[in-house]
Amino acid sequence: MRVPVGWLAEYVDVPAGTTVEDLDAAFVRLGLEVEEVHRPAEVTGPLVVGRVLEIEELTGFKKPIRYCRVDVGEAEPRGIVCGARNFVVGDTVVVALPGAVLPGGFEIAARTTYDHVSDGMICSVRELGIGEDHAGILVLGDGVEPGAEARPVVGLDDVVIELAVTPDRGYCLSMRGIAREMGTGLAAGWRDPGAAEVPAWSGEPAWEVTVADADRCDRFSMVALEGLDPTAPSPWWMRRRLAQSGVRSISLAVDVTNYVMLELGQPMHAFDRDAVTGPIVVRRAREGERLTTLDGTVRTLDADDLLITDDTGPIGLAAVMGGASTEIGDGTTAVLLEAAHWEPTGVARTARRHRLPSEAAKRFERGVDPEMTVVALARAAELLARYGGARVVGAPVDVDTRRPRPSIPLDADRPGRVSGVPYPAAQVVELLGAVGCAVEGEGGVLTVTPPSWRPDLTDPADLVEEVVRLAGYDDVPSVLPTAPPGRGLTETQRRRRAIGRALAEAGYVEAPSYPFVGTPALDALGLPEDDERRRVVVVRNPLSEEEPALRTTLVPGLLASLARNLARGQRDVALFEHGAVFLGGVGTPAPLPGVDGRPDDDVLAALLGAVPAQPWHVAVALTGQREPRGWWGPGRAAGWADAVQAARVVAAAAGVQLFVRPGEAAPWHPGRCAELVVDDRVVGYAGELHPRVCAALDLPARTSVMELDADALPAAAVPVGPRISTFPPVFLDLAFVVPDEITASHVESLVRGGAGELFEAVRLFDVYSGPPVPAGSRSLAYSLVLRAPDRTLTATDVAQVREGILAVVELQGITLRSGD
Amino acid sequence: MSGANDPYDPKQVAALSAEALDAAVAAAREAFAGAADLEALAAVRPAHLGDRAPVPLARRELGALPPAARADAGKRVNAARVAVTEAFEARKAELEAERDARVLAEERVDVTLPWDRTPRGARHPLTTLTERIADAFVGMGYEVADGPELEAEWLNFDALNIGRDHPARTMMDTFFVAPEDSGLVLRTHTSPVQARTLLSRTPPVYVVAPGRVYRTDELDATHTPVFHQVEGLAVDRGLTMAHLRGTLDHLARALFGPEAVTRWRPSYFPFTEPSAEFDVWFAEHRDGPRWVEWGGCGMVNPRVLVACGVDPEEFSGFAFGVGIERALQFRSGVGDMRDIVEGDVRFTRAFGVEL
Repeated sequence: MRVPVGWLAEYVDVPAGTTVEDLDAAFVRLGLEVEEVHRPAEVTGPLVVGRVLEIEELTGFKKPIRYCRVDVGEAEPRGIVCGARNFVVGDTVVVALPGAVLPGGFEIAARTTYDHVSDGMICSVRELGIGEDHAGILVLGDGVEPGAEARPVVGLDDVVIELAVTPDRGYCLSMRGIAREMGTGLAAGWRDPGAAEVPAWSGEPAWEVTVADADRCDRFSMVALEGLDPTAPSPWWMRRRLAQSGVRSISLAVDVTNYVMLELGQPMHAFDRDAVTGPIVVRRAREGERLTTLDGTVRTLDADDLLITDDTGPIGLAAVMGGASTEIGDGTTAVLLEAAHWEPTGVARTARRHRLPSEAAKRFERGVDPEMTVVALARAAELLARYGGARVVGAPVDVDTRRPRPSIPLDADRPGRVSGVPYPAAQVVELLGAVGCAVEGEGGVLTVTPPSWRPDLTDPADLVEEVVRLAGYDDVPSVLPTAPPGRGLTETQRRRRAIGRALAEAGYVEAPSYPFVGTPALDALGLPEDDERRRVVVVRNPLSEEEPALRTTLVPGLLASLARNLARGQRDVALFEHGAVFLGGVGTPAPLPGVDGRPDDDVLAALLGAVPAQPWHVAVALTGQREPRGWWGPGRAAGWADAVQAARVVAAAAGVQLFVRPGEAAPWHPGRCAELVVDDRVVGYAGELHPRVCAALDLPARTSVMELDADALPAAAVPVGPRISTFPPVFLDLAFVVPDEITASHVESLVRGGAGELFEAVRLFDVYSGPPVPAGSRSLAYSLVLRAPDRTLTATDVAQVREGILAVVELQGITLRSGD
Repeated sequence: MSGANDPYDPKQVAALSAEALDAAVAAAREAFAGAADLEALAAVRPAHLGDRAPVPLARRELGALPPAARADAGKRVNAARVAVTEAFEARKAELEAERDARVLAEERVDVTLPWDRTPRGARHPLTTLTERIADAFVGMGYEVADGPELEAEWLNFDALNIGRDHPARTMMDTFFVAPEDSGLVLRTHTSPVQARTLLSRTPPVYVVAPGRVYRTDELDATHTPVFHQVEGLAVDRGLTMAHLRGTLDHLARALFGPEAVTRWRPSYFPFTEPSAEFDVWFAEHRDGPRWVEWGGCGMVNPRVLVACGVDPEEFSGFAFGVGIERALQFRSGVGDMRDIVEGDVRFTRAFGVEL
């Protein structure tokens, strides 16, 4: 809502010395957020009102040009050349005299043009920086004298404050509502423009009207006017206020309805009376009915749409937009003005269904004062009479089926109980009165009847808010409550933090990405058609049609981040991400129970059960050098082993035992893919990307990736403290010849098992293949630490351990490497 | 050399004379001082401290003396022995210090050489800032609650008093989920966790819920369609707006320093009433101290309590939500939203690992 300060001052006795900043602060205190303050463009130098005395048409140029004699309040008129043609002798206009500087640094000087000396410039709205209209010059109309300072006349001294009005306060989408708020906010006197007397019209009702859906329309008012001069222009002051409010001027009849809407908050519609055929009926649409709206669109109507109809069918989409067939035209002299009160949610549905968020719909959705219909008609009729020569014929129609507004009981202590500020009962009564409520009682339980323009006030809580807001939020003290003892973070929350930290400490940079994916990204990963990661949840209104689905894997987003870093000149990149993925697609619809109480257990279970699983995954991706070259020597390329190690880091941080075995899954290289297993359950994969994936995504070869489901990891057991032996260890190195198909992790578990009770630790320290190790096998060398809890080991002990290990591994075809 | 039992006058045993002992000590001192390094010192040691050196030899003569003479001569010999030993040790320490100084000087390295053999990782500042906020509340006894990002429409809207045709619902710029009757949305705020919490716990309830939320805004310098909030909810007997202000002031101080306080502006959220937006006084702002818009708050609307099965006559509550991106932007002076969301390692590394 744009509030011209000059207009506001017409209703509110703004105290002298109030600055724009003061107004800004007052609006904010009232809960009307100031979005922007529009100050008019600066015009310096002489800018005056002029009256056109003579017009000489100059010919012989490329376009018609006028040389005018203009009275600017000086002894002699000035000669001014003008290219516009929308004015006649006697019109008052705005003249920038030599020395004036218009917006954009446009300096006015006397100069010769089209063979005449032009001693100034007649200005258009755009040249003055007060609007966009440049079709002709600005014609002011009566009531201004030549030579008068033009700035106040055209609004060049008027600031416009643009407010963001929250959806509960529809009444603030009018100057009337803003005036009420500011009267209270500035503690200043104010006048209600909606309190005007309605003339006592008499005669036959203006039209025959039936309202067939009183639930959706509880008041429908109309007045008929005749004798409108269709060529009569809107007065300049009205056009200026419309422009300041961001509304385009169209014709007097349309401008008046818009102006009254801005003034009183009552949207109206003007029908060309001669185009309306037969009685008007307000009813729901029938299936398949169509209406061409004012914007020229043919709309197929829904049975839920409310219509204004005549004998020809629909002539207006109620509360949202009028129809083209009864539109006010160039020759309209007889008008039916309509002002009604429509039920908000129905308006919202129709506006949304037809994507027509009109100014009228916006107001009706937020609630319009039903008292205003006839007041607004009277105001519009008055303006059309004054500026368009129209006169009201007959008596107005007023179909009014409103029910009385229920009162709300309010404990006078309640605002204090909610805010922590003990307001005296008298203050509560006073503030509710300022809102417009009728209050019965002086203490205890008050009986409060909210004003007609506040449909949002229905509960005691609504009244509490008004009291606290008007008393001022600054009065609320700061008191820290004492929460009962909490249990700290859950194990899952602690684990997520630990995983993130561990990966960061291991050199990975966290790169959270948007969770949107498209089929091409899943194709690039080479996922088979039946891969569960293709069962995506689809967004109906995605930002990008290429990425309409929610991720089922972190890999696409992570690889995109990797690629972005590479494109920006990074070479060695190691990233990680952890977050939710959305698996399994959408199942049965989630129910939408009522809100009058807690949903029953079955409904609640169905509701919660309809929300798809969103497990927490963790993933890494890396490329380039994992360790950089330096003065210590060459670097080390990132590879599959780093990705697998990242899984080990995650498992260690999560406190679980990870088992790694060869696996095969997209998008990994089939020979360089590790299956990550915890408690016999596959929780993820790690390794090098498939070369085709690297090629498809234009990533460096050997880019490596790990992804696992952190939510699938079992809870960590409480660690058990080991017994620490203080006896000396024995170190034993063993090298085996191992067939290629037996994995190192398997050999290690055999070694552990064979070593028996004296085993303390084992570490693989060398892998070798090539002669003399036979083809099809490789040599794995392990370093063991043996120790007894209660004595120093002897050579016999060590020999027994060695024999024990050999006995176990030999069963698998593993032999001791000769020479050991 | 005399036999042990030979009776003779100690003063006649030349080796035990004061003069002879003094001479031996002086000779030893001179020899030690003359040794240029530890090797030379070791080489001259036997001549003065070895078994056959003058002072040890003199000591051996003591046994031959009659007891009456033995004490006096013993003192002299012992003094000489101590003097020679001290001279040796002193010179040895001196030479060792010289050697150490030389060797350590030779072993000098350039300690400024880099040793960045393992690359530096980092956690995203959105993560660490979220944890910081959560921790401030955990310190007050709150628990951290979680909720899904893909959420039931009823929990995101209806339960929060945002009716089907309410303008606030349209203003939420929601991502809807196919099919049309799925009843699911990408949550537009962390507030559905309020409803989940009240449906699953019994008051008193004090929770914070950090998480990712969605609005259909295009990414630009100031907007992102995917962003983070921390929601707070307290439902208990007798809670007032004063408690809400106290809580927000505490949070402001925890994050923005001891000077920080909040300022409220009346606003509207369907799920709280009264509602406010709040600003925080940020003394460390890089463009000078100022009020910065931060979040929304209010008293839980009794209608929300009813929809979640909590008696609004017995319990009241407050709720608030703050934007993490916004906090990160002004707390760390981040000018462009895109830097926060694009995953550029240069941005994230600047924040380190932060615990």
